[in-house]
Amino acid sequence: MASKDDIKFLSNPKIGQKRRKYCRFRKYGIKYIDYKDADFLTQFVNEQGKILPRRITGNSLKYQRKVATAVKRARHLAILPYVTDLLK
Amino acid sequence: MKNYEVTFIVDPVLSGEEIKATAQAYVDHLTSEGCNIVHVDEMGLRQLAYPINKRSSGVYYCIEFESAAAGNFLDKMELALRRDERIMRFLAVTLDKYGVKYNADKRAGLIGKKKKKKKPEETENKREERAPRPQKPAPAAPVAPVAPAAPVAPPVAEEEE
Repeated sequence: MASKDDIKFLSNPKIGQKRRKYCRFRKYGIKYIDYKDADFLTQFVNEQGKILPRRITGNSLKYQRKVATAVKRARHLAILPYVTDLLK
Repeated sequence: MKNYEVTFIVDPVLSGEEIKATAQAYVDHLTSEGCNIVHVDEMGLRQLAYPINKRSSGVYYCIEFESAAAGNFLDKMELALRRDERIMRFLAVTLDKYGVKYNADKRAGLIGKKKKKKKPEETENKREERAPRPQKPAPAAPVAPVAPAAPVAPPVAEEEE
C-alpha cells in the first residue's frame, strides 16, 4: 500500500470537510484577556470593528463575554475604534 | 487585598516632563491613600483609534496597584482624573486573579512570546503555519504544539484509503 504522501489528488480532498470550531481560550488555557492588546482583540472583531458572534469565533460563552468586555474597554480607551471601515 | 489597574491617556501636547509629572502625581496620590504600587507601565505615545478632544494621539500610562483598604480611594482618584485637564481618557478596573497573573507574566516577558506564536497561527494560512510549529522548542507548554496537527491528519488518512 502506498503511503499517504504518495497519493496525489487532482482536487484538494480537504475542500468539502468541515473544520471543527473550538474555543481557543479553553484549548490554550488563556484565562485573562487583556484590553490593552489591540492586535489580539482584532481577531474577534470584523472589518467595521464589530464584535464577531460566537457562531463564527467558536468561543465558549464564558470567554465570549470576556472578549466582549475587553473589546468594549479597548474602545473606550481608543485602542480599538467604535466604528470604522477597513480595520484589517 | 484587591488588585486594581488604572489606564489613562495624557495629552501629548504637554512637554515630556509635564507628562511624567502627571503620571507621577497619580502614583503619589495612590501611595498617599495607602495603596501599594505594583507596577507603572509607560506605554508611550500611541495613535488613537479615533480622535478625542481633537487630538489624534496620546500618551498611555497604566498603573497597577493593590490595596487592602475598602475605602473610597477609587472614587477620589476617579474624581481627580476627571477634573484633570491633562488626562484625556481613563479607565479603572479591578483585576481578578488571572489578571494579576497575566500582568506578572507579561512583566517577566512570558506573554509577549506566547502571543507572537499564536498570531501567525490564527491570522495566516493554518496549513502552512502548522508544519514549522512543532519543531520550535516550546517554552509555553499549554500551547500544545503537537495537538493541533494530530486531529487534522487522521481524518484525511481515512478518506484516502
